Amino acid sequence: MPSLGADMEAGTLVEWLKRPGDRVRRGDIVAVVETQKGAIEVDIFEEGVIERWLVEPGTTVPVGTPLAVIADTRPAVAVAEMEVAATVTPTPAPAAPPSMPPLLEPRTGAGRPRVSPAARRLAAERGVTLDRLTGSGPGGAILYADVERAAAEAAPRPAEPKRLDLAEMRRAIGAAMARSKREIPHYYLSTTVDLTRSLAWLEETNATRAPAQRLLLAALLIKAVAWALGEAAEFNGFFTAEGFQPGAGIHIGTAIAIRGGGLIAPAIRDADKLSLEALMAQLRDLVARARSGALRSSELSDPTITVTNLGERSVETVFGVIYPPQVALVGFGMPVERPWVVSGEVAARRVLTTTLAADHRASDGHRGALFLANINRKLQSPETL
Amino acid sequence: MTRNDITAVLIDELGRIAPEIDASRLDPNAELREELDIDSMDFLNLVTGLSERLEIDIPEIDYPKLATLGHAIDYLVQRLGSAA
Repeated sequence: MPSLGADMEAGTLVEWLKRPGDRVRRGDIVAVVETQKGAIEVDIFEEGVIERWLVEPGTTVPVGTPLAVIADTRPAVAVAEMEVAATVTPTPAPAAPPSMPPLLEPRTGAGRPRVSPAARRLAAERGVTLDRLTGSGPGGAILYADVERAAAEAAPRPAEPKRLDLAEMRRAIGAAMARSKREIPHYYLSTTVDLTRSLAWLEETNATRAPAQRLLLAALLIKAVAWALGEAAEFNGFFTAEGFQPGAGIHIGTAIAIRGGGLIAPAIRDADKLSLEALMAQLRDLVARARSGALRSSELSDPTITVTNLGERSVETVFGVIYPPQVALVGFGMPVERPWVVSGEVAARRVLTTTLAADHRASDGHRGALFLANINRKLQSPETL
Repeated sequence: MTRNDITAVLIDELGRIAPEIDASRLDPNAELREELDIDSMDFLNLVTGLSERLEIDIPEIDYPKLATLGHAIDYLVQRLGSAA
């Protein structure tokens, strides 16, 4: 069971998407697990053949529990396996979907059941098959109320719009943020970025593109952070019991608000190596999947830093709370038009407050200031992003 | 395509973005971004959906004309050159 964040303790296996004997490769999606962050697809890091499952669907297991045994394809190398820990609590099996009324209903008893006329009318209206009902009337006669109840039970349930439990997500956010505030000695820096060049470049670029190919400012901001991180390794990685561990790549957790409340920050992997177009396509895909509850496990465990963009809602300044075990969060507010001094003259400029919340165990304010200044510099030459 | 057809397409696209809201009962004068709690990504998806289904270009510079349901319908009708 993969850990999808510092706050996750257990997950429930919903279904296997591969069977024993199937060959799997790194990146294949092998299972779906239900977590506080919704239903997450588990992608695999190993290569080999699934030997057997260790956890059955419907079972809740703690983080770290092996889910399956994967045989290495090289002969005679056994992959370590452990049995499921004892804290297994089976969850109720998902309710069977309401069955369609069969065309021909088998007779179960002898003769027709006794049915009140009102009940018969209602049954015809609602498509309820009387032979299946147990009547609550005298002598087992089927009454109006019996049909009503059966119709209600058989009615197709409203489609679940999302497999996200927002109350659970709130608890998960609370646990992670409490840990962050308890353990991480945050420091905060802020700078104001003149966005004139970036916005002008964006408008010019988008003017010649169909909507499906247009870029959002968020893509530029994420790319600028990713690039600046290349020269600021102490903000990209994890703080663990062994101290700061630099990230193996630059995987930017992108905070995405969930409709109805809640927040999730899946990774855009290797954001420093992506073109703006590729980054924008990933962002679009991630937002859509985050909101429909279909993220992959690696997307939630990979982020080496988080970027949050609260500019959508008239907020000028973000005071970030770091998502453990990460060590930094970059926050962007809303671009606002302000009087600005350019070459000794006051001019109206669109500016953006950019903040850094960082872990003092991994870096200090001087390095943080250089990092922010570097983000600013990248945004002054958007054509190079 | 009539004004009603265009309205139906717009309401359908809004429903995709904000499935929990009955877009057909929206106040035509309310700001869509506020009323539906949509962000710039949602808005871009709306514009993408509308431009593909109605086969029109909606340049970025015109985005402010789509601020409310009523204005958006007016804009799309004018853009499509519809008589109705």
